[in-house]
Amino acid sequence: MKQEETIDKSRRDFLKTAAIATVATATCGSLACSCSSKKAPAGDKVKLLSPTGEIVEIDSAYLNHQEHMSIVSKLEAREGIAGKKFVMVVDLSQCKNARSCIAACQKWHYRPKEQEWLTVKLLKDSDKAAPYWFPKQCFHCDNPPCVKVCPVDATFKRQDGLVLIDNDRCIGCKFCMAACPYSTRVFNWDEPELPMDIRDLAYSPETGIPAKVGTVEKCDFCPDRAREGLLPPCVEACPNGVFYFGDENEDTVSNGLETVSFTKLITDRAGYRYMEELGTKPRVYYLPPKDRAFPVEKGYQDADSAIQERFKEYKDILGKKESAE
Amino acid sequence: MELNSYQKEAFDYQRKNIEKYGGRAWGWTIFYGLCILVGLYALYLQIAKGHGITGMRDNVVWGLFIVNFIFFIGLSYAGAIIAGLLHLFKVKWGKPIIRLAQFMTLISVIVGPIFILLCVGRFDRMHHLFIYPRIQSPLTWDVMAVVTFFTGSVLFLWLALIKDLSVYRDAGLNIPKWKQKVYKFLALGYRGAASQKRHLIISQNLMAVIMIPLAIMVASILSWIFGMTLRPGWHSTIFGPYFVLGAVYSGCGVLIVAMWFYRKLYKLDYYFTDTHFKYLGYIMLVLAAGYGYFTFSEYFTDWFASEKWDSELIHKLFSTSEYGWWTMFANVAGIALPILVVAIPATRKPGPISLVAFVMVIAMWVKRYLIIVPTLETTLLPMQDTRANYVKYSATWPEWALTIAGIATFLLFFTVMSKFVTVVPVSGLEDTHTEHEKHVLHHD
Repeated sequence: MKQEETIDKSRRDFLKTAAIATVATATCGSLACSCSSKKAPAGDKVKLLSPTGEIVEIDSAYLNHQEHMSIVSKLEAREGIAGKKFVMVVDLSQCKNARSCIAACQKWHYRPKEQEWLTVKLLKDSDKAAPYWFPKQCFHCDNPPCVKVCPVDATFKRQDGLVLIDNDRCIGCKFCMAACPYSTRVFNWDEPELPMDIRDLAYSPETGIPAKVGTVEKCDFCPDRAREGLLPPCVEACPNGVFYFGDENEDTVSNGLETVSFTKLITDRAGYRYMEELGTKPRVYYLPPKDRAFPVEKGYQDADSAIQERFKEYKDILGKKESAE
Repeated sequence: MELNSYQKEAFDYQRKNIEKYGGRAWGWTIFYGLCILVGLYALYLQIAKGHGITGMRDNVVWGLFIVNFIFFIGLSYAGAIIAGLLHLFKVKWGKPIIRLAQFMTLISVIVGPIFILLCVGRFDRMHHLFIYPRIQSPLTWDVMAVVTFFTGSVLFLWLALIKDLSVYRDAGLNIPKWKQKVYKFLALGYRGAASQKRHLIISQNLMAVIMIPLAIMVASILSWIFGMTLRPGWHSTIFGPYFVLGAVYSGCGVLIVAMWFYRKLYKLDYYFTDTHFKYLGYIMLVLAAGYGYFTFSEYFTDWFASEKWDSELIHKLFSTSEYGWWTMFANVAGIALPILVVAIPATRKPGPISLVAFVMVIAMWVKRYLIIVPTLETTLLPMQDTRANYVKYSATWPEWALTIAGIATFLLFFTVMSKFVTVVPVSGLEDTHTEHEKHVLHHD
């Protein structure tokens, strides 16, 4: 019994550390180090990114746990952030399937390792066309097929453009999952594995935490972070600046490295929305995979075997030989 | 309530069936009960462990449960349409079989929605459908449709039963007191007075007039749960009528099978005559042709225009390495075979017609599976970067156990109801036998 407790504690500590590390790296240097405190060193080191861009190792005992973002009321969570119109631009020419976005998203939302809100597809539009990596999160459509079909208003469209889910209300009918043409939504088929301290957090549709069994969830564009003026973790984690996130009303988007005009970006780079013909009016724009920065094969070769397995049937796309179809 | 001699004879003949819940009935009841218990155990596991124990996953979010829901609820709509039409058109030969059709209506509208509850991730939150209803959702339409239809089926069956119930009440049956009381209560004091007769017939006619369009509406709404989405194979303008026809067709099959079964079980050859099988066979033939025509239109237009996802789906459905054999079974056994067997005079007999109806009903179940699962396996974006077991659907034992439990519940209700009221209604029954039939079929 006692031993069990210890294990549980160390596990919790580990997860806590992981959470801190994410927050710390994500906020790019707002190092939550309280060096003045007289805590005894815990012995486990955590790698962090310093404000000057160096990797530093710090004992986990010297870190302050940064709580998840502030919780707004259910009503506020349904209305959205006044005056905003969130938009994302994904630069396909820069994606090499590094999957840092996925890892960051998983950590931020306490997703189990294999239950992703964000996936990367290997697409090839036609036989002679070039293959490219295609990160896909929720498109937060302006004409969302998922919201249309929800029988209990558990998934809703906000004035700031976001489509969110209230997992306190969701009945788990999965109609929205069947209706989403982009297969964006995921379901908690089993009791979600969550760290103990996360399990008891107050739930908000803006954080999506804690997940609940028998309910639907998906990418939420991290409105809790937006309220604090922070970019979503996927945007910040991407080593190549693939994702630009911002506000259509302000006409600015940022990938963490540069802040640019949204209109100019999609005009100059011929931005488009995926499957425009479906009439869903996505809030995510893609920049065509022109002048790709990385050889597309590397995204496959560098991935670990479990990830490679997921693309097994599509490996031919990468090969020199023309696919049979 | 006065019966004429023909009706009286019919009642006396069936009297023992409602007086005694015999050994055979008990045997089946226990068997069905056991099936249901296994299903309940599967349900317990599903509640305790989550839907992870089913074969459903993020891509194929609906499986056997929804297939069963469409199947059973379709039978229900079929029963209402068939019973409604037979009643409204005062089809004399239809009188003995109207009750079976109404049984089917009520029982399936009870069993069908159970499968929706099984499919829903949080059935502890079903009240959300009523406290947070969102009228734009086809699922909300379906909730309203099913609730309305259930109420309609209860009334429709009850009204049709009132005269008979008053007969049972007054017949001095050798039955327990509670059963007598139930008859008395349900007969609502019907004595056959002129005003009672008039009110009853008006309400029955009204219910029939309501139930037919209602069944068409609710079957269409059911189809729109699929038709309103942007998925290949679902997003089709003919889905409403396709589902209506599919429902009536499979329901016609179940009715033939039920007729055959009760004819054997209760020796009702005198009431469920060869003519009934022949006529219902004709109806089945026409519906088969209609259903075949719809199916052909669906597949042919998708295949010919060959849009990306449609052709992917068609390929899946017809490729023998995927669903090809099932598609063939659904169309050969589900459409071609019933047409052939009814069309050829030599096989136009109760036995072959019932057998082919039985196979057709199974084929129509498979057809529903082919409507649901392959479409969900055909995602618009390629199914990459997903776990291998999320790509294909394969039902697990709890899903099968609950499916069997559903069928057992359906049959259990039939058993119980056939012991509560006579399978062939006695009041209003008309003698449609030819002299020849009377000669051949004389009972006892």
